Amino acid sequence: MPITRKSQKEIELMREAGRILAIVHNELAKEVKPGITTKRIDEIGETMIRDFGCEPSFLNYCGYPGSICVSINDEVVHGIPNEKHIVRDGDIVSLDAGVIYQGYHSDAARTIMVGNVSEEARKLVEVTRQSFFEGIKYAKPGYHIIDIGRAVQEYVEKHGFSVVRDLTGHGIGKKLHEKPNVPNFADRHKGPRLKPGMTIAVEPMVNAGEYDVEWMDDDWTVVTYDGSLSAHYENTILITEGEPVILSQADGIPL
Amino acid sequence: MSKVDAIEVEGVVLEKLPNAMFRVQLENGHVVLGHISGKIRMGYIKILPGDTVKIELSPYDLTKGRIVWRNK
Repeated sequence: MPITRKSQKEIELMREAGRILAIVHNELAKEVKPGITTKRIDEIGETMIRDFGCEPSFLNYCGYPGSICVSINDEVVHGIPNEKHIVRDGDIVSLDAGVIYQGYHSDAARTIMVGNVSEEARKLVEVTRQSFFEGIKYAKPGYHIIDIGRAVQEYVEKHGFSVVRDLTGHGIGKKLHEKPNVPNFADRHKGPRLKPGMTIAVEPMVNAGEYDVEWMDDDWTVVTYDGSLSAHYENTILITEGEPVILSQADGIPL
Repeated sequence: MSKVDAIEVEGVVLEKLPNAMFRVQLENGHVVLGHISGKIRMGYIKILPGDTVKIELSPYDLTKGRIVWRNK
Protein backbone atom coordinates (compact mmCIF):
# COMPACT_ATOMS: atom_id res chain seq x y z
CA MET A 1 0.00 0.00 0.00
CA PRO A 2 1.48 3.38 -0.91
CA ILE A 3 1.49 6.29 1.52
CA THR A 4 -1.99 7.81 1.50
CA ARG A 5 -2.71 11.51 1.44
CA LYS A 6 -5.93 12.24 3.25
CA SER A 7 -8.92 14.11 1.79
CA GLN A 8 -10.44 17.10 3.52
CA LYS A 9 -13.24 14.92 4.90
CA GLU A 10 -10.76 12.37 6.25
CA ILE A 11 -8.71 15.12 7.85
CA GLU A 12 -11.80 16.44 9.63
CA LEU A 13 -12.51 12.99 11.06
CA MET A 14 -8.90 12.66 12.21
CA ARG A 15 -9.08 16.14 13.69
CA GLU A 16 -12.10 15.09 15.76
CA ALA A 17 -10.44 11.80 16.76
CA GLY A 18 -7.41 13.84 17.86
CA ARG A 19 -9.48 16.33 19.80
CA ILE A 20 -11.16 13.52 21.73
CA LEU A 21 -7.83 11.83 22.39
CA ALA A 22 -6.32 15.05 23.75
CA ILE A 23 -9.22 15.42 26.17
CA VAL A 24 -8.89 11.78 27.27
CA HIS A 25 -5.16 12.25 27.91
CA ASN A 26 -5.77 15.42 29.87
CA GLU A 27 -8.41 13.81 32.10
CA LEU A 28 -6.53 10.55 32.49
CA ALA A 29 -3.36 12.35 33.62
CA LYS A 30 -5.28 13.70 36.61
CA GLU A 31 -5.85 10.11 37.78
CA VAL A 32 -2.15 9.23 37.80
CA LYS A 33 -1.33 9.57 41.50
CA PRO A 34 0.55 7.47 44.04
CA GLY A 35 -1.41 4.32 44.89
CA ILE A 36 -3.29 3.82 41.63
CA THR A 37 -2.62 0.61 39.72
CA THR A 38 -1.79 0.62 36.02
CA LYS A 39 -4.80 -1.66 35.50
CA ARG A 40 -7.09 0.98 37.00
CA ILE A 41 -5.59 3.66 34.74
CA ASP A 42 -6.37 1.42 31.77
CA GLU A 43 -9.97 0.86 32.94
CA ILE A 44 -10.59 4.56 33.40
CA GLY A 45 -9.02 5.32 30.03
CA GLU A 46 -11.07 2.72 28.17
CA THR A 47 -14.29 4.01 29.76
CA MET A 48 -13.46 7.59 28.79
CA ILE A 49 -12.72 6.61 25.19
CA ARG A 50 -15.99 4.69 24.88
CA ASP A 51 -17.97 7.48 26.53
CA PHE A 52 -16.85 9.70 23.65
CA GLY A 53 -18.28 7.18 21.19
CA CYS A 54 -14.86 5.95 20.09
CA GLU A 55 -13.15 2.58 20.06
CA PRO A 56 -9.83 2.17 21.85
CA SER A 57 -7.49 1.29 18.98
CA PHE A 58 -4.92 -0.60 21.07
CA LEU A 59 -7.34 -3.16 22.50
CA ASN A 60 -6.56 -6.49 20.81
CA TYR A 61 -4.25 -4.78 18.34
CA CYS A 62 -1.85 -7.64 17.48
CA GLY A 63 -3.11 -9.19 20.72
CA TYR A 64 -2.39 -6.24 23.04
CA PRO A 65 -4.54 -6.84 26.14
CA GLY A 66 -5.36 -3.23 27.07
CA SER A 67 -6.54 0.14 25.82
CA ILE A 68 -3.76 2.24 27.31
CA CYS A 69 -0.03 1.49 27.46
CA VAL A 70 1.29 2.49 30.89
CA SER A 71 5.09 2.51 31.13
CA ILE A 72 6.83 3.49 34.35
CA ASN A 73 10.45 4.63 34.82
CA ASP A 74 12.75 2.21 32.98
CA GLU A 75 9.82 0.88 30.95
CA VAL A 76 10.00 2.56 27.57
CA VAL A 77 6.66 1.74 25.92
CA HIS A 78 3.90 -0.85 25.73
CA GLY A 79 3.64 -1.51 29.47
CA ILE A 80 0.68 -3.87 29.92
CA PRO A 81 -1.83 -2.69 32.57
CA ASN A 82 -1.43 -4.81 35.66
CA GLU A 83 -3.21 -4.80 39.03
CA LYS A 84 0.09 -5.43 40.83
CA HIS A 85 1.88 -2.45 39.26
CA ILE A 86 1.30 0.54 41.54
CA VAL A 87 2.28 4.13 40.79
CA ARG A 88 4.54 5.73 43.42
CA ASP A 89 5.74 9.21 44.30
CA GLY A 90 8.75 10.09 42.14
CA ASP A 91 7.74 7.88 39.20
CA ILE A 92 7.60 9.06 35.63
CA VAL A 93 4.60 7.42 33.97
CA SER A 94 4.13 7.38 30.18
CA LEU A 95 0.60 6.95 28.92
CA ASP A 96 0.10 6.01 25.28
CA ALA A 97 -3.41 5.78 23.87
CA GLY A 98 -5.22 5.61 20.56
CA VAL A 99 -8.81 6.12 19.48
CA ILE A 100 -10.84 5.27 16.40
CA TYR A 101 -13.54 7.79 15.52
CA GLN A 102 -15.82 6.85 12.60
CA GLY A 103 -13.12 4.65 11.14
CA TYR A 104 -10.20 7.08 11.60
CA HIS A 105 -7.34 6.90 14.09
CA SER A 106 -5.47 9.21 16.37
CA ASP A 107 -2.47 8.22 18.52
CA ALA A 108 -0.77 10.25 21.24
CA ALA A 109 1.41 9.81 24.33
CA ARG A 110 2.32 11.90 27.35
CA THR A 111 4.78 11.30 30.21
CA ILE A 112 3.51 12.37 33.62
CA MET A 113 5.73 13.26 36.58
CA VAL A 114 4.25 11.94 39.82
CA GLY A 115 4.96 13.98 42.95
CA ASN A 116 8.62 14.61 43.71
CA VAL A 117 10.57 13.43 40.70
CA SER A 118 14.35 13.76 40.47
CA GLU A 119 15.96 16.64 38.63
CA GLU A 120 17.25 14.25 35.99
CA ALA A 121 13.81 12.72 35.46
CA ARG A 122 12.27 16.16 35.06
CA LYS A 123 14.92 17.13 32.52
CA LEU A 124 14.37 13.85 30.63
CA VAL A 125 10.61 14.37 30.40
CA GLU A 126 10.95 17.98 29.26
CA VAL A 127 13.67 17.24 26.70
CA THR A 128 11.59 14.37 25.30
CA ARG A 129 8.59 16.61 24.88
CA GLN A 130 10.58 19.43 23.34
CA SER A 131 12.34 17.04 20.95
CA PHE A 132 8.96 16.40 19.31
CA PHE A 133 8.60 20.13 18.56
CA GLU A 134 12.19 20.28 17.28
CA GLY A 135 11.40 17.37 14.97
CA ILE A 136 8.21 18.78 13.50
CA LYS A 137 10.02 21.96 12.44
CA TYR A 138 10.98 19.76 9.49
CA ALA A 139 7.53 18.20 8.99
CA LYS A 140 6.92 20.13 5.77
CA PRO A 141 6.94 19.56 2.02
CA GLY A 142 10.46 19.68 0.70
CA TYR A 143 11.87 17.63 3.57
CA HIS A 144 12.18 13.87 3.98
CA ILE A 145 11.27 11.61 6.90
CA ILE A 146 14.93 11.54 7.94
CA ASP A 147 14.93 15.29 8.59
CA ILE A 148 12.36 14.92 11.37
CA GLY A 149 14.34 12.15 13.07
CA ARG A 150 17.67 13.93 12.69
CA ALA A 151 16.31 17.01 14.44
CA VAL A 152 14.87 14.92 17.29
CA GLN A 153 18.16 13.05 17.69
CA GLU A 154 20.37 16.14 17.66
CA TYR A 155 18.27 17.86 20.29
CA VAL A 156 18.12 14.79 22.54
CA GLU A 157 21.85 14.01 22.29
CA LYS A 158 22.77 17.62 22.94
CA HIS A 159 21.20 17.12 26.37
CA GLY A 160 23.13 13.94 27.06
CA PHE A 161 20.26 11.50 26.49
CA SER A 162 19.77 8.88 23.76
CA VAL A 163 17.07 8.09 21.23
CA VAL A 164 15.59 4.58 21.08
CA ARG A 165 16.33 2.89 17.74
CA ASP A 166 14.21 -0.28 17.80
CA LEU A 167 10.84 1.47 17.77
CA THR A 168 9.59 4.26 15.55
CA GLY A 169 6.71 6.55 14.78
CA HIS A 170 4.46 5.73 11.83
CA GLY A 171 1.92 6.81 9.28
CA ILE A 172 -1.66 6.71 10.58
CA GLY A 173 -5.18 7.09 9.21
CA LYS A 174 -7.62 4.28 8.53
CA LYS A 175 -5.17 2.02 10.31
CA LEU A 176 -3.13 2.56 13.46
CA HIS A 177 0.15 1.77 11.71
CA GLU A 178 0.54 2.84 8.08
CA LYS A 179 3.57 3.55 5.95
CA PRO A 180 6.00 5.19 6.40
CA ASN A 181 8.06 4.37 9.51
CA VAL A 182 9.11 7.57 11.24
CA PRO A 183 12.39 6.94 13.11
CA ASN A 184 13.43 9.40 15.80
CA PHE A 185 17.01 9.51 14.52
CA ALA A 186 18.85 9.90 11.21
CA ASP A 187 18.23 6.41 9.83
CA ARG A 188 20.15 4.69 7.03
CA HIS A 189 17.65 5.87 4.38
CA LYS A 190 16.20 9.32 3.98
CA GLY A 191 12.69 7.91 3.58
CA PRO A 192 9.81 9.35 1.57
CA ARG A 193 9.46 13.02 0.75
CA LEU A 194 6.87 14.76 2.92
CA LYS A 195 3.74 15.87 1.07
CA PRO A 196 0.58 17.75 2.07
CA GLY A 197 -2.17 15.39 3.23
CA MET A 198 0.18 12.88 4.84
CA THR A 199 -0.72 12.07 8.43
CA ILE A 200 1.96 10.67 10.72
CA ALA A 201 2.55 9.98 14.40
CA VAL A 202 5.86 11.43 15.57
CA GLU A 203 6.85 9.86 18.88
CA PRO A 204 10.29 10.37 20.40
CA MET A 205 11.23 7.68 22.95
CA VAL A 206 14.21 8.90 24.94
CA ASN A 207 16.44 7.06 27.44
CA ALA A 208 18.52 8.75 30.12
CA GLY A 209 21.30 6.19 29.48
CA GLU A 210 22.08 4.11 26.38
CA TYR A 211 19.63 3.63 23.52
CA ASP A 212 19.50 -0.17 23.69
CA VAL A 213 16.20 -1.72 24.78
CA GLU A 214 14.94 -5.24 25.41
CA TRP A 215 11.57 -6.96 25.61
CA MET A 216 10.16 -8.50 28.78
CA ASP A 217 8.74 -12.02 28.86
CA ASP A 218 5.21 -10.75 28.29
CA ASP A 219 6.45 -10.00 24.74
CA TRP A 220 5.15 -6.44 24.95
CA THR A 221 6.77 -4.36 27.68
CA VAL A 222 9.92 -2.70 26.36
CA VAL A 223 12.54 -1.69 28.94
CA THR A 224 15.88 0.11 28.76
CA TYR A 225 18.76 -2.36 28.57
CA ASP A 226 20.80 -0.46 31.15
CA GLY A 227 17.90 0.18 33.52
CA SER A 228 17.92 3.94 32.99
CA LEU A 229 14.75 6.04 32.88
CA SER A 230 12.82 6.50 29.66
CA ALA A 231 10.22 9.04 28.54
CA HIS A 232 7.82 9.21 25.60
CA TYR A 233 5.90 12.00 23.91
CA GLU A 234 3.74 11.67 20.83
CA ASN A 235 1.23 13.50 18.64
CA THR A 236 -0.55 12.72 15.38
CA ILE A 237 0.18 15.45 12.85
CA LEU A 238 -0.92 16.50 9.38
CA ILE A 239 1.56 17.70 6.78
CA THR A 240 0.23 20.81 4.98
CA GLU A 241 1.59 23.19 2.33
CA GLY A 242 2.96 25.24 5.22
CA GLU A 243 3.36 24.44 8.93
CA PRO A 244 2.25 21.01 10.18
CA VAL A 245 -0.98 20.81 12.14
CA ILE A 246 -1.10 18.81 15.36
CA LEU A 247 -4.31 16.79 15.13
CA SER A 248 -4.16 15.26 18.63
CA GLN A 249 -4.95 18.48 20.43
CA ALA A 250 -7.97 20.27 21.85
CA ASP A 251 -8.73 23.92 22.62
CA GLY A 252 -7.70 24.92 26.09
CA ILE A 253 -5.55 21.85 26.70
CA PRO A 254 -1.80 22.46 26.75
CA LEU A 255 0.28 20.19 24.52
CA MET B 1 1.58 2.95 19.86
CA SER B 2 5.16 2.78 18.60
CA LYS B 3 5.99 0.56 15.69
CA VAL B 4 8.65 -2.11 16.18
CA ASP B 5 11.46 -1.88 13.65
CA ALA B 6 12.82 -5.42 13.45
CA ILE B 7 14.02 -7.81 10.78
CA GLU B 8 12.68 -11.37 10.94
CA VAL B 9 15.00 -14.03 9.52
CA GLU B 10 15.32 -17.80 9.68
CA GLY B 11 18.23 -19.67 11.17
CA VAL B 12 19.37 -23.01 12.51
CA VAL B 13 20.14 -23.50 16.18
CA LEU B 14 23.79 -24.48 16.68
CA GLU B 15 23.89 -24.84 20.46
CA LYS B 16 22.03 -24.10 23.64
CA LEU B 17 23.77 -21.77 26.12
CA PRO B 18 22.87 -21.06 29.77
CA ASN B 19 19.93 -18.74 30.57
CA ALA B 20 17.75 -19.81 27.63
CA MET B 21 20.20 -18.37 25.11
CA PHE B 22 21.09 -20.02 21.83
CA ARG B 23 23.67 -19.62 19.12
CA VAL B 24 21.81 -19.46 15.80
CA GLN B 25 23.28 -19.57 12.31
CA LEU B 26 21.45 -17.50 9.72
CA GLU B 27 21.06 -18.31 6.03
CA ASN B 28 23.79 -15.80 5.22
CA GLY B 29 26.23 -17.66 7.45
CA HIS B 30 26.28 -15.12 10.30
CA VAL B 31 26.03 -16.53 13.79
CA VAL B 32 23.90 -14.56 16.23
CA LEU B 33 22.97 -14.83 19.88
CA GLY B 34 19.27 -15.45 20.39
CA HIS B 35 17.12 -15.53 23.49
CA ILE B 36 13.64 -16.95 23.55
CA SER B 37 10.62 -14.72 23.52
CA GLY B 38 8.01 -14.93 26.24
CA LYS B 39 5.56 -16.68 23.94
CA ILE B 40 7.94 -19.56 23.37
CA ARG B 41 8.85 -19.76 27.04
CA MET B 42 5.19 -19.74 28.13
CA GLY B 43 4.34 -22.34 25.50
CA TYR B 44 7.02 -24.61 27.01
CA ILE B 45 8.34 -25.17 23.54
CA LYS B 46 11.71 -26.87 23.71
CA ILE B 47 14.35 -25.61 21.33
CA LEU B 48 17.15 -27.99 20.40
CA PRO B 49 20.28 -27.79 18.26
CA GLY B 50 19.30 -28.50 14.68
CA ASP B 51 15.91 -26.78 14.97
CA THR B 52 15.03 -24.15 12.41
CA VAL B 53 13.74 -21.01 14.09
CA LYS B 54 12.49 -17.55 13.18
CA ILE B 55 14.51 -14.85 14.90
CA GLU B 56 13.84 -11.12 15.11
CA LEU B 57 16.93 -8.96 14.83
CA SER B 58 17.28 -5.30 15.64
CA PRO B 59 18.56 -3.48 12.56
CA TYR B 60 20.88 -1.57 14.92
CA ASP B 61 22.50 -4.65 16.46
CA LEU B 62 22.52 -7.57 14.06
CA THR B 63 24.44 -9.82 16.46
CA LYS B 64 21.53 -10.61 18.73
CA GLY B 65 17.82 -11.26 18.50
CA ARG B 66 14.65 -12.83 19.89
CA ILE B 67 13.57 -16.27 18.83
CA VAL B 68 9.86 -15.95 18.08
CA TRP B 69 9.02 -19.25 16.39
CA ARG B 70 10.27 -22.79 16.13
CA ASN B 71 9.47 -24.45 12.82
CA LYS B 72 7.73 -27.80 13.03
